[in-house]
Amino acid sequence: MSDGSAWQLVIGGDAGLYAIVWLSLLVSVAAVALASVVGLPLGAFLALVDFPGRTTLVVILNACLGLPPVVVGLAFYLMLSRSGPFGFLGLLFTPHGMILAQAFLVMPIVAALTRQSIEDLWREYREEFGAMRVTPLRRIAALLWDARFSLVTAVLAGFGRAAAEVGAVMIVGGNIDGFTRTMTTAIALETSKGDLPLALGLGLVLIALIVAVNALVWGVRRIGERAAG
Amino acid sequence: MRAEPSNLPIVFDDVSLRVGAITLLDRIGLGIPAGSPTVLVGPNGAGKTSLIRLGMALAAPSSGHINWGGREQPHMARCAMVFQRPVMLRRSAAQNVAFALVAAGRARSGGRIAALLDQVGLAPLADRPARRLSGGEQQRLALARALARDPEVLFLDEPTASLDPAATKAVEDIVVSVAVAGIKIVLTTHDLGQARRIGGDIVFLVRGRVVEHAPAERFFTAPATHEAATFIQGGLVL
Repeated sequence: MSDGSAWQLVIGGDAGLYAIVWLSLLVSVAAVALASVVGLPLGAFLALVDFPGRTTLVVILNACLGLPPVVVGLAFYLMLSRSGPFGFLGLLFTPHGMILAQAFLVMPIVAALTRQSIEDLWREYREEFGAMRVTPLRRIAALLWDARFSLVTAVLAGFGRAAAEVGAVMIVGGNIDGFTRTMTTAIALETSKGDLPLALGLGLVLIALIVAVNALVWGVRRIGERAAG
Repeated sequence: MRAEPSNLPIVFDDVSLRVGAITLLDRIGLGIPAGSPTVLVGPNGAGKTSLIRLGMALAAPSSGHINWGGREQPHMARCAMVFQRPVMLRRSAAQNVAFALVAAGRARSGGRIAALLDQVGLAPLADRPARRLSGGEQQRLALARALARDPEVLFLDEPTASLDPAATKAVEDIVVSVAVAGIKIVLTTHDLGQARRIGGDIVFLVRGRVVEHAPAERFFTAPATHEAATFIQGGLVL
């Protein structure tokens, strides 16, 4: 194994490698999008609405931040397997099943960080919105919008977890070559096979992708913050 | 078209406000009538802010009753408030006014937004992020947001406390102009000069109690209480 061979795979545009990269991106981005659709409003709701059991829900949500991916993977495996309650959907060993499992892992991160951001902003806005008699729904929308730059960080944290996750996608996706193999599952497999150049090449791409996405979002955030004040 | 109910006079009948063991307001009996501005003066901790928060129905009294034009609840659509440190939404000045218009159930009209910004002298800064405005400009923007509600009563809580003289004058000019236009002003301040410049009648509070309530001219020339006389002369009222 040499670093040179790893770089050759990356720079040489190896088709197998790029198929894996593409699927990984697709699964991670879709999972984060799905998690955000649920997590952003859920976090805002928990920050702004007081109801019986809210504290318990917040504690459960925070506890979910530490969910072991392999356990989530196992739970989804059981639910999506042919004899499971959602087996009829035929999602086991498909990218769609992997997206669902990852979204479940990412959603608590997005919701918990959103709740914290919105709660902080709400402390600042409470009196003003009270005087303006802003309705609860408009309150949620306004706070989500005004906290948008902090929420980008929440979504990025979710993307980080999704991109680096291996346990759940391995179990739910099955690591099928050309169909459900992602960068993380491929790295694990290739390492166990002793194909370290490919494993290292994938690792380099994975790190580069995470850095690139973070840099891009950071840049967009800075420009947005400058424009919005 | 049916006329909207009036919030005036606002009558505080034996109103107290307590937080735990601390009494912020103690058996307040006070009428705030329509007409010239009512200015609440007094040292820090006198209860000025607590009183206008009750007047704005942002808090409920611990005991006693408040009524607005004879009703138990104010007609909130026609009340507005400007805080000492207004919170600017993270958007442009014009979008801040637009938000206030929509929150008040009014049309988000470009013409109305421009007119409100013009009224407070911020038309040239319409597209500037509100949080980038100076303290005085932010306070004027808060006034524009309050005026977007087309209020009958405008509560102002120490609106110029942290502003320099030029910014203070700009805010006071707007307050006086809207008072002349018929909006009832209820303003708190510990700046006696400001109370003289704006006040129609003065409510002097000390330690949660109304010590004196009189027309401004009489309050400043012939205060009825020793505490008021001491305060006017710049003495410490504790």
